[in-house]
Amino acid sequence: MDIRVDTVRKEFSLYPALNDVSLEVKSSELIALLGPSGSGKTTLLRLIAGLELPTAGRIFFGDEDASGKTVQERNVGFVFQAYALFRNMTVLDNISFGLKVRPRSTRPPNAEIRRRAMELLDLVQLTGLEKRFPQQLSGGQRQRVALARALAIEPRVLLLDEPFGALDAQVRKELRKWLREIHDRTGHTTVFVTHDQEEALELADRLVVMSQGKIEQVGTPDEVYDRPNSPFVFSFIGESSSIPVAVENRELWSGGRAIGLPAPADAPGEATLFFRPHDVELVEDGVGAALAGVVAASRRVGGTRRVELEVGGNPNRVEIDLPFDHPAGERTRIAFRPKRWRVFPGKV
Amino acid sequence: MYDEEVIYDSRRLVPPEEHTRPTTERPWVRRTLIGIAVVFMGLVLVLPLLLVFVEAFRKGAETYFAAFSDRNSQSAITLTLLVAAIAVPLNLVFGVAAAWCVAKYEFWGKSFLITLIDLPFSVSPVVSGMVYVLLFGAQSALGPILKANHIEIIFAVPGIVLATIFVTFPFIARELIPLMEDQGSVDEEAALSLGATGWQTFTRVTLPNIKWGLLYGVLLCNARAMGEFGAVSVVSGHIRGKTTTMPLDIEILYNEYNFTAAFAIASLLAMLALVTLVFKTILEFRFGDELAGTRRH
Repeated sequence: MDIRVDTVRKEFSLYPALNDVSLEVKSSELIALLGPSGSGKTTLLRLIAGLELPTAGRIFFGDEDASGKTVQERNVGFVFQAYALFRNMTVLDNISFGLKVRPRSTRPPNAEIRRRAMELLDLVQLTGLEKRFPQQLSGGQRQRVALARALAIEPRVLLLDEPFGALDAQVRKELRKWLREIHDRTGHTTVFVTHDQEEALELADRLVVMSQGKIEQVGTPDEVYDRPNSPFVFSFIGESSSIPVAVENRELWSGGRAIGLPAPADAPGEATLFFRPHDVELVEDGVGAALAGVVAASRRVGGTRRVELEVGGNPNRVEIDLPFDHPAGERTRIAFRPKRWRVFPGKV
Repeated sequence: MYDEEVIYDSRRLVPPEEHTRPTTERPWVRRTLIGIAVVFMGLVLVLPLLLVFVEAFRKGAETYFAAFSDRNSQSAITLTLLVAAIAVPLNLVFGVAAAWCVAKYEFWGKSFLITLIDLPFSVSPVVSGMVYVLLFGAQSALGPILKANHIEIIFAVPGIVLATIFVTFPFIARELIPLMEDQGSVDEEAALSLGATGWQTFTRVTLPNIKWGLLYGVLLCNARAMGEFGAVSVVSGHIRGKTTTMPLDIEILYNEYNFTAAFAIASLLAMLALVTLVFKTILEFRFGDELAGTRRH
């Protein structure tokens, strides 16, 4: 089931939480809504689910206009951030809830409900815990019950709100892999909200990067990481360094000298150069055009050494990665050139 | 140079009296304060309660039980049970509805509504009674219409029920509002997203989540409904055997110097209070975390 969001706008007491957002989710796709808090990603998810109604715009499930439908009619599986398991019911009752509340005409017989719930329990690897109550489960286990409960109604789409937000790093990594497996096995169109870019990059087929109620960029993890289309996306996804530059004679200039990078467009004026700290090559100082700065601080990050450089008179330091055994010390002068970069017009 | 005596030796255990927590008072302060509280409670709460039973049994068990065979007293007990049986279920419905509305929705005038729910607590019960007399009494605008249709409200059972409902209205709503606000509506959203109807969501998710708080509110509401004096006294008209509830009956008997009978009926109300307290304690002990955190009454 593909989902189409058509210029949807949502206002909460006159403050727009979503500003004319359009998005297409393909069938069986796993898509991540990524953005800082307040970017409107959860609002978009709740609008798709029918838990909120749009101020303007329409939402389609396949060819069918779902905008006017209630959350019950939309038949979506929704996994809540804090799981929202029913505390007065056992794990089994939680999972079978969605089937038990169906009207008699479409409700499967009790034995069938139980069989399906047990099957799902097996799918989420919680066999044997069906009689437990939610309070007796760990966070990761609760998360799995919540997913099984959402899958039990055979939803047309699966929506997850910060599914791993409340879990510790180790469990989060395991569940991430596991969710991917479940998705590949069941083939549900899945949309999940996260503020964790690592999670989004690793898990999703495509990312939707959002900021201030707008979609900034939609693309595969590679596209978004390698070709960010705005300063926001560049600095939000992955590590980034930036430095103000000038565009002149189809070249980039910093501190009055050319830095050996061609300008992508011939639009003279102020601009900002973005690059990844690890995507740089060191050049011998004084030989050829390059950026150069003195080391102001350095720290060891995993297998590399991250140094902060003071380049020219810029107030913001520039970060680059060096091999961890690089001899650079305090006040060492280092010259480098970004291997991959992007230039956005104007100061950021 | 270090002074040997002052160096801290971690192996030396600090004696318990020296090692006191910063929030703990000295023993004599503690004992005095606890003592004052116990004496005061004994004097003001326990002694009067005991006296009720002592007075009731002063002339022996026979006289005590004879008090209940009196026709007027029996009718007072029946009326009290009847009033509570009407008022408590109605307030249960009103209270749940009001709490639901306040806790799960945002709307204009919400804080005014909460204040309004508290009104019966802040206004004197006598005034509550007077309001109904002014509204439905013979001198009121509605009076002639009611009379023409032979509807009796004031100085009759409906008036007593109305006054009781008014006075006991806040108990259940007050108990449920903080509890439901605390729980939020995410469980309800989950149920709806799984296809449950509004009614299924209410009975299968909302109600089980609030059941202990609700029971607690019902207990307090019932105790007050049976014990209410002021408002009921104004609207009842004190017609013996017809419109006297237990508290009114006690007053009449007492004014007739029939102390033993008065205290015998009073002992029933006192026992109701004790039973309520026991249930309340059990509920608080067993389900304390599921009851509302903020206690007002």
